[in-house]
Amino acid sequence: MTPQQLAQASNGAIYASMITLAIAMVFFAASFAVGRRRAVPVTAAVVTESAGGTAVLTRTDPPNAGDPGRRSANIGMSLTWLGMIFLAAGVALRGVWAGRVPWGDMYEFSITAALGILVVFLLVSLRQDIRWLGLFIVIPVLLTLGMAVTVLYTESAQLVPALKSYWLLIHVTAAIISSGAFTLAAAVSAVALFRGRAERKADGGPVTGLAARFPDQLRLQTMANRIIAFTFPLWTFAIIAGAIWAENAWGRYWGWDPKETWAFITWVIFACYLHARSTVGWRGNRASWIAIIGFSAFLVNYFVINVFAASLHSYSGL
Amino acid sequence: MTHIDPHSDDRLGAGLSTNPETGVVPPLSATGWLRWLWRQLTSMRTALLLLFLLALAAVPGSVFPQQGVNPIKVSTWVAAHPGIGPFMQRMGVFDVYASPWFASVYLLLFISLIGCVVPRMRLHWRAATSAPPAAPRNLSRMQNFTSLESQEEPQKVLDTAKARLKGARWKVIDGTDASGSWISAEKGYLRETGNLIFHLSLILILVAVAVGGLFGWKGNVIVKTGNGFSDTLTQYDVWGGGRFVNPAHLPPFSFTLADFQVQFDRAVSDRGSPQLFRATVNYRTDPRAPLQTSIVQVNEPLSVDGAKVYLVGHGYAPHFIIKDAHGHQIYNDAVVTLPQDGNFTSTGVIKLPDASPQLGFDVVFYPTWIPTSITSAFPAPDNPAVYLDVWRGDTGMNSGVPQSVYTLDKSHMVLLGRHPSLIPGQTWTLPKGAGTITFAGWQRWASFQIAYDPGKNIALAAAVIALLGLMSSLFVRRRRIWVKALAGPQGTTVEVAGLNRVEGADMAADVEYVVHHLSPDAPGTDVTKRNS
Repeated sequence: MTPQQLAQASNGAIYASMITLAIAMVFFAASFAVGRRRAVPVTAAVVTESAGGTAVLTRTDPPNAGDPGRRSANIGMSLTWLGMIFLAAGVALRGVWAGRVPWGDMYEFSITAALGILVVFLLVSLRQDIRWLGLFIVIPVLLTLGMAVTVLYTESAQLVPALKSYWLLIHVTAAIISSGAFTLAAAVSAVALFRGRAERKADGGPVTGLAARFPDQLRLQTMANRIIAFTFPLWTFAIIAGAIWAENAWGRYWGWDPKETWAFITWVIFACYLHARSTVGWRGNRASWIAIIGFSAFLVNYFVINVFAASLHSYSGL
Repeated sequence: MTHIDPHSDDRLGAGLSTNPETGVVPPLSATGWLRWLWRQLTSMRTALLLLFLLALAAVPGSVFPQQGVNPIKVSTWVAAHPGIGPFMQRMGVFDVYASPWFASVYLLLFISLIGCVVPRMRLHWRAATSAPPAAPRNLSRMQNFTSLESQEEPQKVLDTAKARLKGARWKVIDGTDASGSWISAEKGYLRETGNLIFHLSLILILVAVAVGGLFGWKGNVIVKTGNGFSDTLTQYDVWGGGRFVNPAHLPPFSFTLADFQVQFDRAVSDRGSPQLFRATVNYRTDPRAPLQTSIVQVNEPLSVDGAKVYLVGHGYAPHFIIKDAHGHQIYNDAVVTLPQDGNFTSTGVIKLPDASPQLGFDVVFYPTWIPTSITSAFPAPDNPAVYLDVWRGDTGMNSGVPQSVYTLDKSHMVLLGRHPSLIPGQTWTLPKGAGTITFAGWQRWASFQIAYDPGKNIALAAAVIALLGLMSSLFVRRRRIWVKALAGPQGTTVEVAGLNRVEGADMAADVEYVVHHLSPDAPGTDVTKRNS
């Protein structure tokens, strides 16, 4: 293929992925709308589990497998897999076209980060039933991709000399996987807050309405905790790798460049989260809010700092 | 500052400084107050609050220009906001990370950390060196419980279990109570060890930063191609060093910038974006050492004498020959011009305080000059030309007030004339018989940052240790397992139970491991997980 065709094929695959994910989004949304009237007995099954002092993330069988909502969610999952494959192809073709790792500018970083979110979500979904999370994953992915193709798109194939380093592979890969996992953790935490409110309203009785479609709050909180416990060391590694690279490129390992500052802020907020999880009175809703604030700091670092700040990390290509 | 296991037993939980004991009315004696204050400071809630404050305190440094990063922007900002600017400057808003309030947040955090980690180290040492606690009386109430029948003698069963558990690096003790013989095993001490190591490494990182700040130094210098640099204070354009650095004893290396190559992209989509910067330097580690050659590029600094030489910028230096009215040569040099845009429209000045009368030139260098524009059209020297303003009067250089070499103080000078586009080889006869100026050609310059940081290897080692500690504190599970064997009429009843002290993880696999080795083919070996 000529470079022109490669670029077009990459763009085509990304558009195909967006269309597929948009349809997946409709099915995920429908899964909540259909069969909403039925109160699902998820609560009873899981509360007993948590009463024993544990909230174990085991695959719980769908309590209502024949439910039209379930069927809709299953279609959504299949379409998400398909969308992920399209997106992976788009990212790979972009890399082939550019002749390097496909994260040299903000457009490429965005499409790769969107792929990261999908991959982390789908990998977790192999181990446990998280179909209820699909909508909250597909929406941020679509927003990221939409932003990428409309605002961030660039024809540039060249890496500026500062990025010509194997640390680009190490540092940015860690950051991309972290971005996917942080997104997942924030989505789960948001659902946990929503579900928690419904549980308080139900006051010990069965949870009804939309909130009944999600696992109970304790399980959601434990899940978010596990994701963050996995991501926090990875994010730490991304920062250390970045510091080693900075030492090599700019002559100092830490210089409070805006990007570094916000990476630090994100790190400190997630450290707060881990401490909150072991502090009485902070383990529940407050910890969930901290996870969401931490993710917001990550987003500030990505969108606001890349585009608006005078940073050494300004490789957005805008 | 440390993580408490939600399932920690009394032995571990008691006496922890991180116990949330806020809201307790303090005793009224002085020592009582101090102890209360100390307990508050080292409590988990305070650590949490200080972490929040740290995150919050770091924000202004990314919003406002910082002294250490861009001092010119700071003075511009302050000048543009005469009302609040100076006040903000006094409050350290433009030097956040060196400000007393930022320091007080992280120092309090570190004190809280030490106050928390030290008692925990003692407790952990005690826990790791003492035996696991005795088996509880009723195992069936544990998180993971299973029982099976065996034809072996009770003691034989327990010996097998003990050997297997020891083989899997569990710490095992045995004993007997009213209901029978038991063994009790514990594993996963690395969780707390890692936790403590992580927090201690953070202190080491702070020490490394301090070492770098006190013993390190950093300077910037611009070197024209063909020119040299030797590592003495006077040769730097900017230099800053820690309190314990003696600027008279910098490492005695020197180098010459032999060649500097630059390439810019000419494709339409990336037009003008840089593709390559490469400096070739000839260097000596000290004046008597042999001459060596090295390439310095972005991401590829030169290490010499413990210091590192980084390529940080480049530009053009147009070469001029200036003669006075009598034809005597009064200037013959290349003047460094600083790039002002992506296409390297570059500005600089020439000052001739020794000419009579004194002369000054504003120089704008265009690597690619096009007649209709006042900026360069491309960063490579495709069609170089200079724009010149010539001034006559007092340059102010003899007044004793220090001046920048890149600006001309025109308050006591008169504009004589200007030339819009002198090309290489051309000579301009200055108005009013002031002499001539010849644009002889141009060369490149490169700017280098030279840095020495004795703390960076400590910081790296501490960061790696911190990461390993962090991973073991998050991924290792502290857990216990008990086996009881009771002689009965049909043989031996074996009870196995586990307790995981980490939230969200269960013991099924560990219990399964023991059960499997006790009776590989016994019925009912699948572990029943108790849910209530």
